[in-house]
Amino acid sequence: MKKTYKCEVDCANCAAKMEDAIKKIEGVVNARVNFMTQKLSLEAADDIFDEVLDKAVKACKKVEPDCEIEI
Amino acid sequence: MTKKQKKVRNRIIITLVMFVILLTLDKLGYFDNIPWFVQLPIYAVPYVIIGYDVVKKAAINICHGQIFDENFLMMIATFGAFGIGEYSEALAVMLFYQVGELFQSVAVGKSRQSISDMMSIAPEFANVVSGDGTVNEVDPEEVSIGDILLIRAGEKIPVDGTVVEGESFLDTAALTGESVPRRAAVGDYVISGCINGEGILKIRAEKAYEDSTVARILELVENASNKKSRMENFITRFARYYTPVVTIGAVLLAIIPPIVGNMAFADSIKRACIFLIVSCPCALVISVPLGFFGGIGASSKIGVLVKGSNFLEAAAAVKTIVFDKTGTLTKGEFKVTEIIPAKDGNFDQNELLRIAAAGESMSNHPIAKSVLAAFYEKAGEGTAFDGLNESETREIAGRGIRTVYNGKELLVGNTRLLEDNNIAYDVVEQIGTIVYVALDSKYLGAIIISDVIKEGTKEAVSLMKKAGVKKAVMLTGDRRAAAEYVAKEIGIDEVHAELLPADKVSRVENLLSSSDNSNNKLAFVGDGINDAPVLMRADVGIAMGSLGSDAAIEAADIVIMDDDIKKISSVVKIARKTLRIVKENIVFALAVKLIILVLGALGLTTMWLAVFGDVGVAVIAILNSMRALKAD
Repeated sequence: MKKTYKCEVDCANCAAKMEDAIKKIEGVVNARVNFMTQKLSLEAADDIFDEVLDKAVKACKKVEPDCEIEI
Repeated sequence: MTKKQKKVRNRIIITLVMFVILLTLDKLGYFDNIPWFVQLPIYAVPYVIIGYDVVKKAAINICHGQIFDENFLMMIATFGAFGIGEYSEALAVMLFYQVGELFQSVAVGKSRQSISDMMSIAPEFANVVSGDGTVNEVDPEEVSIGDILLIRAGEKIPVDGTVVEGESFLDTAALTGESVPRRAAVGDYVISGCINGEGILKIRAEKAYEDSTVARILELVENASNKKSRMENFITRFARYYTPVVTIGAVLLAIIPPIVGNMAFADSIKRACIFLIVSCPCALVISVPLGFFGGIGASSKIGVLVKGSNFLEAAAAVKTIVFDKTGTLTKGEFKVTEIIPAKDGNFDQNELLRIAAAGESMSNHPIAKSVLAAFYEKAGEGTAFDGLNESETREIAGRGIRTVYNGKELLVGNTRLLEDNNIAYDVVEQIGTIVYVALDSKYLGAIIISDVIKEGTKEAVSLMKKAGVKKAVMLTGDRRAAAEYVAKEIGIDEVHAELLPADKVSRVENLLSSSDNSNNKLAFVGDGINDAPVLMRADVGIAMGSLGSDAAIEAADIVIMDDDIKKISSVVKIARKTLRIVKENIVFALAVKLIILVLGALGLTTMWLAVFGDVGVAVIAILNSMRALKAD
């Protein structure tokens, strides 16, 4: 399953770091944090998707504490 | 401005007022007799107001093991300035850093906005007509296939569909960049994103929203910036090494001179701070992707979809361009291009065409249809052929047609038909399919049917050459003579004719291996119908006239939404301009930073200049990047 969320990131560098952090999470098939369109797309298996998403949001917050992800 | 930006703006205004007051008091000498432990808290108040988030972020990131970001650099630099008693400079540095950051985020937001405005093709709603005739407004995503939709004047078509009622002109400008409206009548297939110009249309939904043209295009454009160019990847890698290296350099700069030489620590720390501030790579990290994003936006403005920054980068280096002939350079429809009456006959062209059309009138052969179409165009649709004996009409395989016209034997076909009947004929040297006509054993003349070269093709090829393309190649399955004729007509340099579909891939591969370097890319232009493998194999696959064709959008890297081949040169120009802007930014930012770094290390500059070297350069680079958005 692949889903896209709105994601407020302030800098291009942070977006790249967030993407790296999400990709390292177990269960993530693919992830993109697009600074230009301010979108996060996440691909993971259906049964664990919510769990992975939760971890991804946490990873983003760790990189950029004031980033906002609309779920 | 967003809420976040407004908050920062207010903090900047408050701090600026306080800063001006403090600076005035300082210059007037009021602070001269005040000890540092009083001055420091006075300056700390505005510093906290303006910089608390930077310090907080830096602290949090250090806890997470993420040091060496710009927050960290700013924190170290300003703390250092405080440490050596440069209070007003510390405050100023933080203040101008925030001003620059705000400016950056507004500029990025602006360009993001202008791109999404340009792509404002997404329909907001759909009017579904239910069985009893009532109209309900729903979200486009809720439309199911087969629904009947009502589109009023000025509304966007929400999903791809077929017109079932009404007639109108559609504005396709947002999709194709084409300003001439397209006519739509009952039975026409219409694509989502077009705006209904006048009148009311009813369409039957043929595709769900997510499979419709508009949704696919939006997805492509949004994902385009995910495919990074080499230059973007270079910058990302560069930033990863650059910041730590500069930080270590700054530490060395702070420690070594006082130990080895006799420089005061205050001085060396100040120099190190300058070093740190100017080193931030954000001018590059933001402006480079922004430039590419702008270039992609400018292309979509003229109706060309570029599927990634990497393809824009490749398009700028296209030196060889390979065309598929049929459907790309020529229309792929056969038309009567010439009518040549026999030299010694007394028939005029119209009469010859009438007789030929009479002979062909019973046939379903494509050639026959072309002759008939040409005749009907002149004489009016459905004109009857008096004197034709329809029951006598016979089709002779591989030869042509034999029939009886006004009681005389009429032959319409190739040379073999005439030779079989021992009729002498003029040798016709024109390129194309030649239909010979003979009546009552006497040769009347010939009709030439050939594929028609698309309008503007010759101009398009010369425009491409002007834009820097060195070699134009044509591939075709067609006969050599016909291919060479077309090539000569429009200025193609190299022709490969009589190819099977599989040969096209190997020809392109040959050309690719002979032009194997990064400044010499090969583009293939096809109509996307049966050349998907070649489109994928080329450095840049360009699909033409494929509005709504899924296969082409899938396989190509660049999609030209309407049929206009001239847009290839426009895209190459946009790509070149984008690359130039990006290169300018890289060179400019690095040069300014390098100069300030050197000056800073030698103690020849102030922190103010260092802040300019950071945010000032970033803002200039961003403004420069925004030029890429403008198509000219």
